Amino acid sequence: MDHLDKLEAQSIYILREAYKHFGKLGMLWSIGKDSTVMLWLAKKAFFGHCPFPFIHIDTTYKIPEMIKFRDKIAEEFNLDLIVHTNEAALKEGMGPQEGRLVCCKALKTEGLAQVIKEHKFEGLILGIRRDEEGSRSKERVFSERNVDSKWDYTNQPPELWDQFKTDFKKGNHIRVHPILHWNEIDIWNYIKRENIPVVDLYFAKDGKRYRSLGCAPCTNPIKSNASNIDEIIEELKNTKQSERAGRAQDQEDAHAMQKLRKEGYM
Amino acid sequence: MEKTRETLKIVVVGHVDHGKSTLIGRLLYDTNSLPEGTVERVKRISKEKGKTFEYAYLLDAFEEEQRQGITIDITQLQFHTEKRDYVIIDAPGHKEFLKNMISGAASAEAALLLVDANEGVKEQSRRHGYILSLLGIQKVYVIVNKMDLVDYSMTRFNQIRNEMNEFLNNLGVYPLKYIPTSAFLGENIARSSKKMPWYDEEPILKAIDLFEKDKEISDKPLRFPIQDVYKFDDRRIIVGRIESGQLKIGDEILISPSNKTTRVKGIEYWSEKDKTDKVSAGMSVGITVEDEFFNNRGELISHKKDTPLTGMFFRANLFWLGKKDLVKNKKYKLKLTTQEVECEILSINKVIDASTLETFEDASAVKINDVAEVTIKTKEMISFDEYKNNQNTGRFVIVDRFDVSGGGIIVAADNKELSNVIQLEDYLKNFTKCFNMDISWKGKYGLRVIADVAANGTEKPVTKNDISQRQNIPDVHLEEILFRFVNAGLIKYIDGPQKGYILGKDSENIIIADIMQVFDENLSIINENSIESNIRGKVEDCLLVNVWKKINESINTMLDSITLKDLVQEYNNSNDRQLIC
Repeated sequence: MDHLDKLEAQSIYILREAYKHFGKLGMLWSIGKDSTVMLWLAKKAFFGHCPFPFIHIDTTYKIPEMIKFRDKIAEEFNLDLIVHTNEAALKEGMGPQEGRLVCCKALKTEGLAQVIKEHKFEGLILGIRRDEEGSRSKERVFSERNVDSKWDYTNQPPELWDQFKTDFKKGNHIRVHPILHWNEIDIWNYIKRENIPVVDLYFAKDGKRYRSLGCAPCTNPIKSNASNIDEIIEELKNTKQSERAGRAQDQEDAHAMQKLRKEGYM
Repeated sequence: MEKTRETLKIVVVGHVDHGKSTLIGRLLYDTNSLPEGTVERVKRISKEKGKTFEYAYLLDAFEEEQRQGITIDITQLQFHTEKRDYVIIDAPGHKEFLKNMISGAASAEAALLLVDANEGVKEQSRRHGYILSLLGIQKVYVIVNKMDLVDYSMTRFNQIRNEMNEFLNNLGVYPLKYIPTSAFLGENIARSSKKMPWYDEEPILKAIDLFEKDKEISDKPLRFPIQDVYKFDDRRIIVGRIESGQLKIGDEILISPSNKTTRVKGIEYWSEKDKTDKVSAGMSVGITVEDEFFNNRGELISHKKDTPLTGMFFRANLFWLGKKDLVKNKKYKLKLTTQEVECEILSINKVIDASTLETFEDASAVKINDVAEVTIKTKEMISFDEYKNNQNTGRFVIVDRFDVSGGGIIVAADNKELSNVIQLEDYLKNFTKCFNMDISWKGKYGLRVIADVAANGTEKPVTKNDISQRQNIPDVHLEEILFRFVNAGLIKYIDGPQKGYILGKDSENIIIADIMQVFDENLSIINENSIESNIRGKVEDCLLVNVWKKINESINTMLDSITLKDLVQEYNNSNDRQLIC
């Protein structure tokens, strides 16, 4: 087994553990490269079937190409897709002008919490990775959230030998992180090997490309001439910029992500 | 190229404040593994908080960690040398966070154990050393850090080396190297230190490249725990991860503990390029088998040779992390591979203070952060290996209420003498339960007859008359019963001066299920086929079916696992010599 085989086998094991243990299970699909890789891994884990719904938290501020790509893939893969928007917050005029972290919390964190409540999810699969940022580097593979989606990160249970947290209080839910152990270059190598479709925004046009995708007002492309996967991999090997450098919300506060994620952010 | 590079996971452990996070921060800094601006950002944060710059802040991402200057939870970070990629795990050194340290160490292949040159060997230095030995981590370097505080003294270094060696060697841990460093000043981290010319070995960064990676475990006996069974389409796919060994299409396999055999029909795949006829350790796979009997999560697939151990008792070394003590006579959940069973602690053989190695023989409980040797009894049969033979199938965790509260490794399946007695009590309880169900009088008589022959026919054959008297079975029935047993080969008739009946094979090799078969007894309480058609169907409808399914399975497991020998032992112990009433 090579490096990618090992990563893949571990992710499939995790997905199957989640499917075995949670009656109500869903997978968050942000349309980005990571969660699209995860969608592919699910296809492998369940032999072409996707035995749970996919969820997209639509802030209505997403880059338009993302939505086009979402609808195309959902049809091609025949996904059971739940698209949810925090309409109440939007009606009250929520948007990045109200403050980035406030907006993220309302449209993403609270939007997500609404879906969890509505569908009574016990398990939620998310495509976060340890190498993205500090608070994610501290995550468990099965990570408990309380009834208000809050994360008690200073008191995480031991997680050893792939014996994950599967016992929890009713009303709480488990965030399952099948690609926590992958890094950004792994993701691109795997996309290349498996020929996984990704949205065009990742490939450079006019000297710019998106390295990480999010809402249009808060996500900036980086300077790049990498117009195919090989060039992206080469670029990443030599870069010293962090992956989420183009994500404005991360820069709002020294511990922005920790604060958002503690409240239930992805 | 990039893909075939190997990755090694290293955990950094040691007493609080001995410089673990600083060492890792420094390693990342010296290998240029930090994203642009990270150091600047951390400098800014340090300044905002009125503190001096610490490499540790690069890892201690939580605000609470930076504020208190301690690591609370593990961080996993990646960096690489020319030779290979590394995942480095920063483990907390504070006693309070031992559970996090263990989470980190449990997934590591090698360890750096840090000791502060100035403070010397402390409580957590020793406790972490013990945990490493318990987790079977043999690739250990001891890093004697903060050498700048002792003027880079070789004498002090040797003193610590001797002290640590004595402690660790006692536990069977033999550190491969001792390296004197100053992580904060970068001495012996990436480059050899000029301050310590007396040390002529590699600095850390070069030394870690010398750790040899464990070989793949595909040449060990096959262990394939069933993770789940899928029936999305017309295939019935058994999925799971191969924990060791290899499996090919056509292989004859044994499923334990239910003791069924079948052959591998196919290895399933979704993407055409994953098609294969052989799978091996580490792979997450799906197979179909020729005989479609019931399989369940938790059962362990092996080849017919080199089978796992099966039983309800084992001795284990465990560490306890629960807030509530581990005690006897309490129900816990045990998770081993994909098996989940109720268990209890039968005896606490000794408790060890992991930092002083002091042992307590008559402890009634295992307290948080203690290490103990215990005997565990599971409620149902499970299959496992001794840890020394197979790490993946020889370790387990214990769940107390909602939380994983301890973990351990299996030293040995417990000796039979002790376990049989207690095991039989359980068996018999279950037995009477199933007799109340719908076993016929013939089945009951049959059991009594063969138990009688087994118990009394070891010296000389048993006559029909003896049996009839002892068991109070009418002649006419006894005749038919004996006829059936002889036909099935379970009992033999011996002619000659000492005529009578003896067992057709060793009592250890006759299982209760064989006996039941002689009388066409089917102890299932629900037809398996009707369950099959419901599998993965509507959840609500399935609920009840699943309950029945479980009951059925435990009956079958039981009948398959109790041998006549077990029964006879109980028979001999019982006063009225009537085993089955």
